[in-house]
Amino acid sequence: MPGKSFFIDTTICTACRGCQVACKQWHGLPAEKTVNRGTFQNPADLSFMTYKLVRFSEVVVDGKLKWLFFPDQCRHCVEPPCQMTAEDATAIFSDSATGAVIYTAKTKNLDAQAIVDSCPYNVPRACKDGTLAKCDMCLDRVENGLLPACVATCPTGAMNFGNRDELLAMAKKRLSVVKKSHPKAKLLDPDDVRAIFLVTEDPQLYHNFAIASREAFDISRAVALKRLVRPLTGLTRRW
Amino acid sequence: MTNHWIDIGNSDCILIMGSNAAENHPVSFKYVVQAMQKGAKLISVDPRFTRTSAKADIYAPLRSGTDIAFLGGMIKYILDNELYNKEYLRAYTNATFVLGKDFDFKDGLFSGYDPKARKYDKSKWAFDMDDNGVPKMDRSLKGQRCVFQLLEKHYSRYNIKLVSEITGTPEADLVEVYKAYTATGVTGKAATIMYAMGWTQHTVGTQNIRTMAIIQLLLGNIGVAGGGVNALRGESNVQGSTDHCLLFHIWPGYLANPSTKWPKLADYLQRRGKSNDPLSANWWQNEPKYMVSLLKSFFGESAKKRNDFGYDWMPKLDAGKTYAFLDMFDDMYNGKVKGFFNWGMNLACSLANANKNRKAMATLDWMVNVNLFDNETASFWKGPGMKPSEIKTEVFSLPACVSVEKEGSITNSGRWMQWRYQGPKPLGNSRADGDIIMELGSKIKELYKKEKGVFPEPILNLKWDYMTNGAYDSHKAAKEVNGYFLKDVEVKGQTYKAGTLVPSFAFLEADGSTSSGNWLYCNSYTEKGNMAARRGQEDAVNQIGLYPEFSWCWPVNRRIIYNRASVDLKGQPWDKDQWVIKWTGDKWIGDVPDGGWPPLESLESPNPKSKWPFIMQVHGFAQIFGPGLADGPFPEHYEPLECPIEKNLMNDQRMNPTAPVYGTKADAYLSCDPRYPFVGTTYRVSEHWQTGLMTRPQPWLLELQPQVFVEMSEELAELKGIKNGERVLASSARGSLECTAIVTKRFKPFQIGGNAVHQVGFPWCFGWRWPQSGKEDSANLLTSATGDPNTRIPETKAFMVNVSKI
Repeated sequence: MPGKSFFIDTTICTACRGCQVACKQWHGLPAEKTVNRGTFQNPADLSFMTYKLVRFSEVVVDGKLKWLFFPDQCRHCVEPPCQMTAEDATAIFSDSATGAVIYTAKTKNLDAQAIVDSCPYNVPRACKDGTLAKCDMCLDRVENGLLPACVATCPTGAMNFGNRDELLAMAKKRLSVVKKSHPKAKLLDPDDVRAIFLVTEDPQLYHNFAIASREAFDISRAVALKRLVRPLTGLTRRW
Repeated sequence: MTNHWIDIGNSDCILIMGSNAAENHPVSFKYVVQAMQKGAKLISVDPRFTRTSAKADIYAPLRSGTDIAFLGGMIKYILDNELYNKEYLRAYTNATFVLGKDFDFKDGLFSGYDPKARKYDKSKWAFDMDDNGVPKMDRSLKGQRCVFQLLEKHYSRYNIKLVSEITGTPEADLVEVYKAYTATGVTGKAATIMYAMGWTQHTVGTQNIRTMAIIQLLLGNIGVAGGGVNALRGESNVQGSTDHCLLFHIWPGYLANPSTKWPKLADYLQRRGKSNDPLSANWWQNEPKYMVSLLKSFFGESAKKRNDFGYDWMPKLDAGKTYAFLDMFDDMYNGKVKGFFNWGMNLACSLANANKNRKAMATLDWMVNVNLFDNETASFWKGPGMKPSEIKTEVFSLPACVSVEKEGSITNSGRWMQWRYQGPKPLGNSRADGDIIMELGSKIKELYKKEKGVFPEPILNLKWDYMTNGAYDSHKAAKEVNGYFLKDVEVKGQTYKAGTLVPSFAFLEADGSTSSGNWLYCNSYTEKGNMAARRGQEDAVNQIGLYPEFSWCWPVNRRIIYNRASVDLKGQPWDKDQWVIKWTGDKWIGDVPDGGWPPLESLESPNPKSKWPFIMQVHGFAQIFGPGLADGPFPEHYEPLECPIEKNLMNDQRMNPTAPVYGTKADAYLSCDPRYPFVGTTYRVSEHWQTGLMTRPQPWLLELQPQVFVEMSEELAELKGIKNGERVLASSARGSLECTAIVTKRFKPFQIGGNAVHQVGFPWCFGWRWPQSGKEDSANLLTSATGDPNTRIPETKAFMVNVSKI
């Protein structure tokens, strides 16, 4: 499969949140007004102004404390349910070269809630006027030979980016190593997404939407049904 | 660092204790990850489960201020199980030395203690010497008075059960850490320590590090790749500023600051210990060359042999008096200081016992604040609890430009001096520190010229020529630091002209024929060019990440110091794969060796051309027994100034008997007092830098960490009825702080001497100037003003507090 992918190795993510800030910096996104809510995680959630968010989760597994870090972002699905739900390539389309799922200003005209609900990973967020936003894979950087901002800034190598086949191979290789010490380790939906997470614990412990949710699959199926009755056109057209 | 950042990747076991590398040195984790991916174990020991702990193979909690007990237990574990590297120990350390009759240790005190002065007579800790004045050695390591046996005796008390009772670390966790770490005692394996302020900022700070140095020596982990004792510095250039005399007691290149103890230059130059052992390089015997070259650099032509090269013009410390920040602010509080330059610091937030310091500044006539922005220090007069109308201090603010707006070098933790070019030009009226200080110096010189004044010679004779076209020239300064030949000289058949740069410190002389602003940096800027600006990408022949042509490091580009201990007596590396240096039969290859002498060959009849490898020590041996420190030759566990238990469970002294205690009303301390029942500590967060002066006004960073907080266990929160995320009041004997509670599983109550002891922690990166609410202030309002007797670094890592609902 052509295009690009991220490989996000949570085993070496230290939650320094360089990625979260680099994302805001590159996209010129304003800071949210936050308070300390009794956790390091801030802002509380993804938003129209926050495309990348490191989620912190304290859990006890087999009597041992774990502090799990999950640098959440759009997965850039191979077959994006949001795009199928939108059915408007001027609002949501997949970049043909990279596979990046791109939202435009025209998302304002979509049913924002339907788009949000369609996402198996609960990623897109709307502003007041209904325009949607999320990670754009730093497409402008990538097209100019640069890594996405979050990847370029990562000090440990937790964030990786490149050609999909190479990144999938990297992910699988790393999984085989990690599995030796963490038998429960796995890649999250590697065949369906372009942002492939490696985790060592039950994905739900990191984040409710770490893997595609049951409901989302149902919605995806509904969308797929729609696709059967109506031919798909122009969904990969470059905007 | 004895080693350097990249070298962490060569380690087989990494102990992160007294630091929190993942959070506070995030880039260092790149090398931690590299090591782990090659199979290294990562151990995190911390009172709180941190982002570092989250990545570690082993996590062990310990109560703040009990590191020596923890590590002393490891020493005992090594000795009991004979896990030490005996060959290394016998050949390279003073484990074989024999103590004189006066040395003793009883009831928590070493011999020679004077309770009135809170000081030791260190002459009681002297070694036994043979007829030639060389230390007697017991290579069997069996004699009762040899260091090795005394070490064993000293730490025999540090059994797992007692250590656990003191530290609160479960016994099983202690054993797990000891086992993993000491597995590197075998030849060819190396373990490293990454420490920072979590170790230094205690009344036993220096001894915390000494304990680790002993462990590393026992395991043969000094001098080797992936080993060493590695301090993670708190700013990109702290190493450089320390090298160039940031601290009150040392001059550039770690020369001692002149003192009234040595009124004349000759007294100063003759004060160091001599060695009668022809095999001891005793490198500090070269100090006169470095000292005179430094004075020549200060005073140029005016420094002459007949005027002691200007030694009389330099200020002398009063013997027995210390001049650290704690002392300075104590003097200021007591009205003894008129004016104050606060340069590149935010002491109103960064220094322990902030209430005292903020009050102290109100006694000043004037203060000059040089910084990027206004800060809590410059604006102290309008801070919380201050009445501006009653404060007479006049504050001048000089805007400085940021580091990227000027050219110059920084020296990182690994001693690498890296030249940086100028990026953008300084904004507005802001200026480089170099320009500010050059102009200040010139104006002071002018004033002295015009008005004379008391003792004008030091100012008038000061060489002050580091400008080009009216601006500070960092190249001129860097060349001055390296040093020049001042006369034409011939060395080994080669002529060096006056005015040319000295190739290395081996060329410096004590007769006034050379100058050097810092002997350690001699070799950094030579006739071959600016070595720090090099960006060569080639690794050295041993392929262990030395990259000798990338930047430059002191001394003489040696990337791993004490590296002659990385080889056996024949000069062959203990670790055949990751070797540092190697003797080929006629020369050393690999890193720049710690002296080019040939290998020792044998202990019985050493090669007379060789030298013992620890060349900075008088006798040439690494110090298992360290008689130079203020608080004892073996580290001993003492409780912090404020602690939760009445009695030190290890010995009869509750706290370090030599630690300073200040006496003003603002220095109150309450140990084991029901009003302040919880252990407190301070730390940093990834998201803010130092006091937050540069990061708190940055919206993206403030978004991540918007408010000062206190982290506490679920158990303590329940006890106090505190809910996660609510504002609470923390207080100590010295101050209080409103903060947000983070109730977390990452703190757990400790079992100390059979009782549950709770600990809480605060970040110290906040201040009332920003964010705008004015409600987020520094955790140093709570910390205590005592410190380490050797360095006077404050004890901000362990004190007693209370927390309560508001």
